[in-house]
Amino acid sequence: MRGIKNFNIASLVVFAFVFSVSSAKADWLNFRGPQGSGYAENIANTPAELGEAQVAWKAPLPGRGLGSAIIVGEKVFVTAASGPDQNQLHILCFNAADGAPMWERRFWATGRTMTNNKTCVAAPTPASDGERIYALYSSNDLICVDLNGNLKWMRGLTLDYPNASNSLGMASSLIISENTLIAQIENDSESFAAGFDLTDGTNKWKMDRPKAANWTSPTLLKIGDQEVVALQSSKGILGLLPATGSSVFNYEKGAATIPSGAAAGDKLYTPSNGLTAISATTDGSAPVELWNESAQRPGTASPIVIGENVYTINGAGVLSCADRQTGERLWRSRLTGPFSASPVAGANGLIYVVSETGVVQVIDPSSAEDKKVTSEYELSETILGTPSLSDGAIYVRSDKHLWKLGK
Amino acid sequence: MKRIRIFIAFSLLACISLSMNSVRGENATLNPLLTALKQVGPEGEGNAEAAVAWKALTKHGGEAIVPILEAMSGTGPLTRNWMRSAAEAIFARETQSESAVDAVALIEFFNDREHDMKARDLAYDLLNRADTDEAASLIPAMLDDPSPVLRRLAVAQLIAQGESELKDGKIDASLATLNNALSAARDIKQIDEIAKLLRKDLEQTIDLPKHFGFLSHWHLIAPFDNTERKGFDTAYPPEKEINFETAYDGKGSKKVKWQEYATADDYGMVDFNTPFSPLKEVIGYAYTEYNSEEARDVEIRLGCKNAWKIWLNGELVFGRDEYHRGARIDQYILPVKLKKGKNTLLVKACQNEQEQTWTVEWQFQLRLCDSTGTAILATDRKPTPKPEVKTRRRGAEKESEEKAKE
Repeated sequence: MRGIKNFNIASLVVFAFVFSVSSAKADWLNFRGPQGSGYAENIANTPAELGEAQVAWKAPLPGRGLGSAIIVGEKVFVTAASGPDQNQLHILCFNAADGAPMWERRFWATGRTMTNNKTCVAAPTPASDGERIYALYSSNDLICVDLNGNLKWMRGLTLDYPNASNSLGMASSLIISENTLIAQIENDSESFAAGFDLTDGTNKWKMDRPKAANWTSPTLLKIGDQEVVALQSSKGILGLLPATGSSVFNYEKGAATIPSGAAAGDKLYTPSNGLTAISATTDGSAPVELWNESAQRPGTASPIVIGENVYTINGAGVLSCADRQTGERLWRSRLTGPFSASPVAGANGLIYVVSETGVVQVIDPSSAEDKKVTSEYELSETILGTPSLSDGAIYVRSDKHLWKLGK
Repeated sequence: MKRIRIFIAFSLLACISLSMNSVRGENATLNPLLTALKQVGPEGEGNAEAAVAWKALTKHGGEAIVPILEAMSGTGPLTRNWMRSAAEAIFARETQSESAVDAVALIEFFNDREHDMKARDLAYDLLNRADTDEAASLIPAMLDDPSPVLRRLAVAQLIAQGESELKDGKIDASLATLNNALSAARDIKQIDEIAKLLRKDLEQTIDLPKHFGFLSHWHLIAPFDNTERKGFDTAYPPEKEINFETAYDGKGSKKVKWQEYATADDYGMVDFNTPFSPLKEVIGYAYTEYNSEEARDVEIRLGCKNAWKIWLNGELVFGRDEYHRGARIDQYILPVKLKKGKNTLLVKACQNEQEQTWTVEWQFQLRLCDSTGTAILATDRKPTPKPEVKTRRRGAEKESEEKAKE
C-alpha cells in the first residue's frame, strides 16, 4: 500500500502544479511525450472510461506506420509509408477537433526500405519544437516541415552515410533539446548518433556509436538546469550535452536494445540487467547505481515513472509497480497482451496501454490490486504504436487508422 | 462531382500563341527557384536556400506543375523530393480551391517516355487524383513502360484477366495473357504470382533465373577464417588473384581450391553450405565472368544476409558488415558500368559466430539488370541448370556415376 500512498501524495503535488499552469499549452511533442519517458504531468483530464462514446473521431491513414501521433496546439501529426516496397513516405496533419485532414506531404524514400514484416518504414515517431515537424523513417530519410506543411529541409542519411541501415528496420525516434534535433541511427554497420540544426538540418555534431542493432530512443534527463540526452545501447547509457554532443557520463553495464529507459529528473530507470535505477551528474563522474532488480525486466514496452513509482510490463504482459526509491515491487497485475506499445500517463495518473491486438486498457494504480484495469476498449486492429496524450484525449494509431479517444 | 476540371475539350491551338510568351515569362520566374532546389547536396548543403525557393515556388498556380516535373530530369533523389512536394502542394491547393489543373499538359508530359521516370510516376498519380477514369484508361498502354511503378499497374490488369480466363476454362487465352504478363512483369511479387499460375495451373516450364537475370554459374572457394569477424577486412588470396589451379591456405591451414558451382534455384541462390557444409566464422568467395554486348550502365542487385563485399573487374564496388538481419531479392542495388566483352565479378560472403537456427544461411543471390529491373543477360549466358541437379560441383558427376555402378 505504500506505493499507493506515495502516489496519492505525488498526485496532489502534480494537481497543484497543473492547476497553477492550466493555461499552458499541453502538447505531446515526441515519442512518449515529455523527456521521452511516457508521463506528462501537464496533460489533464485524460479519459477514465473508454468505449464507443469516447471515440471523438477515427481518420483513415494512407499507409503503414507504428510511430505515435504528436500533437501541437490544435493539430495532430502522424507519419506513414505506403506502396509495394513502402517507399512512399507521408507526413499527415489532422485537425485535432474533428479529425479533418489539413494537409499531407509525400516523399520518395532515398534509403533502404526493407524491414521485418512486423515493423515498417514509418516506425520512428516524429518530433516537434512547436514550430516545425521533424519526421524520421526507417529509410533514414529525415524531413522537416513547418506546421503548415512548408518543406524546410530534408536529409537522406543513407545517401550521406551509405552503410547506415538495418535490414530488420530502424525504429529509434527523435528528441529535441537545446535547439538540437537528436537521432540515434544505430545499426550493425555504419552506426552513429547526431545532433541536427533545427533550421537547416545540417550536422551540429555526429559521433560513432556501437556497431550493433539498436531500436531504443533517446530520453532526456534534467540535471539541475542542464538537459542531458541519454543514448541507450547494448553497451550501456551515454549522457551527452544536446547542443554539442559532449559526453558527460557513461554507464557501462549494458542495456536493452528494444525497450528504452524512463527519465525522472536526474534519475534514469533503464532496462539494464532487468531494471536499473541510476543517478547521473554532469561532472564526468560515473552514474551512481541506485538499485537493480532483475525480476523487473521489461519486455518490448518501455517503463514509465509516475510519482514515486516505476512501472514495467514484462514479456508475458504482466504490469509491475515498484517503489522507485528502492526498486521494491509493490504489486503486479496481468494485462491483456502482448505489447509492443509503451505505457503513457497524464496528470491524473491513469496509465494507458494498448495491446498488439488493439485492446486499449486504462489502469488506475490506486484501485484494488485485483482491479487495476478499470476500463478496456477494443479497436479490433493490430496496434504496435505507443499512444499519445493531449488534454482530455488519447490518440492511438494502427496501420490503417488514427483514433482520438476522449474530448 | 469532380473537383478538377479537365481541359481535354479545350482547343490547344487557341492557347499556343498566347501561352508561348507567358510560358517564357513563367519559366523565367520559375527557373531560379528550381535551380535553388537543384543545389541541395550532401549533409544538408543548400537546404536553407531551397526552403526559401520552395515556398516561393508553391505560391505559383497549377501552370507551374509541369515545368516542375520537367525540371526533375537529371536530378538526384533529394532534389526530386523537393520538387515533388512543391508540385503536390500546388496541386492540393489548386484542387481544394476548385481551380483548374491542366490535365492535357499532364497527359502530354506523362506520354513522353523520355521524361524522368519518377516525374512520370508523379504525373500519373496527379492525373489519377484528378480523374480516376481518365487515368485508368491509360493503364493498358503501360505494359512496356520504362517505369516499374506504372508497368506494375498494367501487369496487374493482365494477371486479373489471365486468372479470369483460367477460371472460365479459356486455357489458350489464359496462357497467352499470362505469358504476356510475365514478359512485361518486373515486380518480383507479380513475377512470382504469374509463374505459379503458369506452372501449377497451366503446366508450363518457366526459366525464372533467366527472366530475372540471376547469375547461376560460379566458381566457389572456402573456407577462410572469419574468427571474431576479422575476415571481413582481411584480404585473402582471391582478392589478389584468381587462379583456379592453385591451392591456398584456408581456415585451420586446410588447403582450399576453387570449384565449379551452378544453382538451379529460381532466385539464383548461391549456397556455400551445400558444397562446404554449414560452417561458422568463415569466409567464402564466388567468382564468375560475364560477357557484355556493349559498354553500358547496369545495376548489380544483391540479396544477402551475411556480411559481403563485391568487386567488379577488380574494383571494390561496395561492402556491408551486417549479419543475419534478413535478406530479399534486390536488397542492395549497386549501379555500375560494364565494359564491352569480359567482365569479372567477385563476391565475398562472410559467416559469423552466431549459433541460432536462423543464422545458418551462408548464401547470396545476384542479378544484373537495368534501372527498371529488366534482366541484362550475358552474351554467353549458360543454360539454367535443371532443378533436379540443384547444385553441381567438381567431381559430383563422377561420384554419382560410381554410386550408380554400385
